[in-house]
Amino acid sequence: MTADAGAATGDVPLLAVHDLQVHFPITSGIILERQVGAVRAVDGVDLAVPRGATVGLVGESGCGKSTLGRAVLRLVEPTAGRVVFDGTDLQGLGPEEMRRIRRRMQMVFQDPMSSLDPRQNVSSILTEPMRVHRIAGDRSARVRELLDLVGLPASAASRYPHEFSGGQRQRIGIARAIALEPELIIADEPVSALDVSIQAQVVNLLEELQDRLGLTYLVIAHDLAVVRHISDVVAVMYLGTIVERASSEDLYAQPYHPYTIALMSAVPIPDPVVEDTRARILLAGDLPSPADPPSGCRFHTRCPFRQPTRCDDERPALREVVSGHAVACHWAEDIRAGRIRPSASAFDPSADAGRATPS
Amino acid sequence: MTAATALLLDVRDLSVTFTRRDRRDVRAVDGVSFDVRPGETVGLVGESGSGKSVTALAVMGLLPDRGVRVDGQVHFDDDDLLTLPGDRMRDIRGRDIAMVFQDPMSSLNPVVPIGVQVTEVLVRHRDMHGEAAREEAAELLRRVGIPDPVRRLKDYPHQLSGGMRQRALISMALACRPRLLIADEPTTALDVTIQAQILELLKELVSDSGTALVLITHDLGVVAGLCDTVHVMYSGRVVESAPRRVLFADPRHPYTGGLLGSVPRLDSPRGEPLRPIPGSPTDTLPWADACAFAPRCAHRIGACTGQAPALEVTGDRSLRCVNPLAEGEASPNPAVAPPASVAPEPEEEPT
Amino acid sequence: MSLAEIEAETESKRVGEETGGSLGREAWKLLRRDPVAIIGFALIAFFVLVALFAPLIAPYAPDAQPGAGTITPTNIPGPSAEHWFGLDELGRDEFSRVVYGARQSLLVGVVSLILGMSLGLLMGFLAGAFGGKVDTVVMRLVDVMLAIPGLLLAIAIAAMLGPSLLSVMIAIAAVNVPIFARLLRGQMLAQREADYVLAAQSLGVRRRSIMLGHVLPNSVSPVIVQGTLTLATAIIEAAALSFLGLGSADPGVPEWGRMLASTQRYLASAPHLAFFPGMAIVIAALGFTLLGERLREALDPKYRR
Repeated sequence: MTADAGAATGDVPLLAVHDLQVHFPITSGIILERQVGAVRAVDGVDLAVPRGATVGLVGESGCGKSTLGRAVLRLVEPTAGRVVFDGTDLQGLGPEEMRRIRRRMQMVFQDPMSSLDPRQNVSSILTEPMRVHRIAGDRSARVRELLDLVGLPASAASRYPHEFSGGQRQRIGIARAIALEPELIIADEPVSALDVSIQAQVVNLLEELQDRLGLTYLVIAHDLAVVRHISDVVAVMYLGTIVERASSEDLYAQPYHPYTIALMSAVPIPDPVVEDTRARILLAGDLPSPADPPSGCRFHTRCPFRQPTRCDDERPALREVVSGHAVACHWAEDIRAGRIRPSASAFDPSADAGRATPS
Repeated sequence: MTAATALLLDVRDLSVTFTRRDRRDVRAVDGVSFDVRPGETVGLVGESGSGKSVTALAVMGLLPDRGVRVDGQVHFDDDDLLTLPGDRMRDIRGRDIAMVFQDPMSSLNPVVPIGVQVTEVLVRHRDMHGEAAREEAAELLRRVGIPDPVRRLKDYPHQLSGGMRQRALISMALACRPRLLIADEPTTALDVTIQAQILELLKELVSDSGTALVLITHDLGVVAGLCDTVHVMYSGRVVESAPRRVLFADPRHPYTGGLLGSVPRLDSPRGEPLRPIPGSPTDTLPWADACAFAPRCAHRIGACTGQAPALEVTGDRSLRCVNPLAEGEASPNPAVAPPASVAPEPEEEPT
Repeated sequence: MSLAEIEAETESKRVGEETGGSLGREAWKLLRRDPVAIIGFALIAFFVLVALFAPLIAPYAPDAQPGAGTITPTNIPGPSAEHWFGLDELGRDEFSRVVYGARQSLLVGVVSLILGMSLGLLMGFLAGAFGGKVDTVVMRLVDVMLAIPGLLLAIAIAAMLGPSLLSVMIAIAAVNVPIFARLLRGQMLAQREADYVLAAQSLGVRRRSIMLGHVLPNSVSPVIVQGTLTLATAIIEAAALSFLGLGSADPGVPEWGRMLASTQRYLASAPHLAFFPGMAIVIAALGFTLLGERLREALDPKYRR
């Protein structure tokens, strides 16, 4: 499934984000606070999520992916741009209309400990959505049904969050998210706070629920392997913008953007043979501050493929290089074709030579 | 692991019990043995509750005196670290054995500049002072890849990024050229690209200076790239040990196989479902009576819940399992975990 | 990971451990087995019972003077079989006066706490719930209140209203208002950032319901602890203010602090006059302090897994 922002595919995507910007003001002053700058958490993002698909949003800390997820739900107010849900522009909606639309889009949060109110038992947590939206019906039956859907026993209903393990709490959070039968679920780091052996359980649960309930997912995570596994389309974010977007097969097989290439080569793979022989591209330095992003291409200060022209003064647009595969880099095609090589410092010399000590 | 070379660190039957008034004792570490040869990199792999971090703290003597009982032996050179008096242990700590922790922000003193924290180590163990210490500190920061090190000496920890802080911590750990470095989840709190930098740094420093490294992590990928020998821990005991390539190519313990099968890999075909280990790390039986992993094990047989499996050593591998995976057998876990029947009760007492 | 995290992790390995119920219920289970908390509670209960049943316990009225004739400045009888705590400088039964004094202390403690807490929590709630300008205004007010030394405030109030029990209560309440305001506001601001608040918002829960139904209940634990400890300090402060003469001057209503004040001259010859009221103050305050400290531990989020 391809997800070209704005392209006419015949179907209205369930969620479409147009040039979204979220800036947080930086203020200073003692009595009167003036704005002296802004943290540009999300700085111009276009994204479309087709109905029934799973779109993954991946990036490291500070890239703005969580802020984007929250802005879509208007938990954080966008500074500019539009969020269109099933054809409705969310910006203009008043509180009552917004509340009605919220039934159709829900969020699963990262931290299973803090995303559940410690003073509410599970039954209360799961019936709260029904109470808020005045949904009639047998609430305790619905609670049992939800618990069953996420693989928890009915006895969990009377218990409190702290009596459960992290994985079980995350299941409760998922049950809460599906309680209102939403169409879209935004999962913000749904498994990163869980033990490795539990992560797979929750990932499988999410996939199964998608099939059973016909859900559409926007999955936000920093774990590239998990995102790749669960998503149809993956968008890579860096410092508030999307730098590459492609189907998950294409992204891994043919990454174009230097950041994507570096990101992929940094992910550890549990296979010593692969680890010993892979070529690693290492990024130099640290992430620039989102309050003061570099001019031109955001990534140029750390880019191993940086060129003397265009990179530092011209901001690249996200453009299609191959059908269904978009990149924000002036030199994408040249890099892929091998006409531009990474600078020497980017390479890890020991990777090619194999390990120094025998194993 | 019988080797002719003298062992640098020899941990034998280490147990750590947390005692608490009004509550039951908790055995965080339950008879763990492993050793480290000079220059070797050893990985301790496990999830939460495996006891891997507590093991490291016990070796370093950093557990509190009250409420904790430590048994067993930890041989370093000719000493048993567990029986050393406090001041001898303080000499060894920092100079011969150093530790790097997971969260650099809480491991560094936030109100003291980085330079002072590094020179503190030099003053304590290498008897360096004043200008000489400062120059050495700057050199150490440079070696770990911190740009503009002289200026950085005056910075406070919060002025550095996460990756820089971890580098600073590593420089402090290596300041005295310890023979053994223990790193407890050194990159877990860092972004993946920064993690790659730090792991490369560790690899390089360790091979340059011949320091042995004990790497504690839950990330099998990290272990695959870095360690010579790997010990897999579960619920306080070592369940499998093997050299790196052997462990990944041919895991025998169902837990190891299960872990490998449940982690999505960047290079595997997308369509393959994940095979999670059912249940959670809290669903355990006490090791004294049975195999702690049995409640979650798809390879379980009757004998698994009857008595504690013994550790069997064959060559350079050891295994604690009465019904291990056959050679070449893939992860025993179901391809898609059926949720309702497998997920446990919140406080289930496994039978 | 930190040792606290490791301990929390190993806690989760306890199989079949006694858990169950809400955090309040678990806190109660912890407390009822805690010897220190039990002692604290026993002291409080003792103190309250004495205050309530004072007329039944005290053999004499507080202003009766059974030994008036036998008193001289150098001969004030100490404890005896007939007068357990001895007589005071006017021949009154010290034991009865100490017993009746409990009423004053309890009254002052509870009333000033209620006054101070109500206003303080209201301010704190408004600041925490609305944030922004409301928060700024309320907090500057709190800053001003904190800048005034409690003692000066008490003296000023006593000067305006005349020395009386009411003055003391208002003064102690005034000192505690900013403490509770800050406490609740801080807790609420912290809880507002929690993910469960965001989750409630994404469900469409109204702002007011979130504040009252989610944030406030989770901000209440430290307030309970502070309230208990404040009772302890209120008793001591009341005694101190009365000692300085700012409280009620009514001789028919004994107050421990004032009793201490009037016995300064006799400390060398009749130490029992200072000892018993002093001990009473200590024990009453101790009870609340012990319970308050244990409450804090029992309600500590560290115990939440």
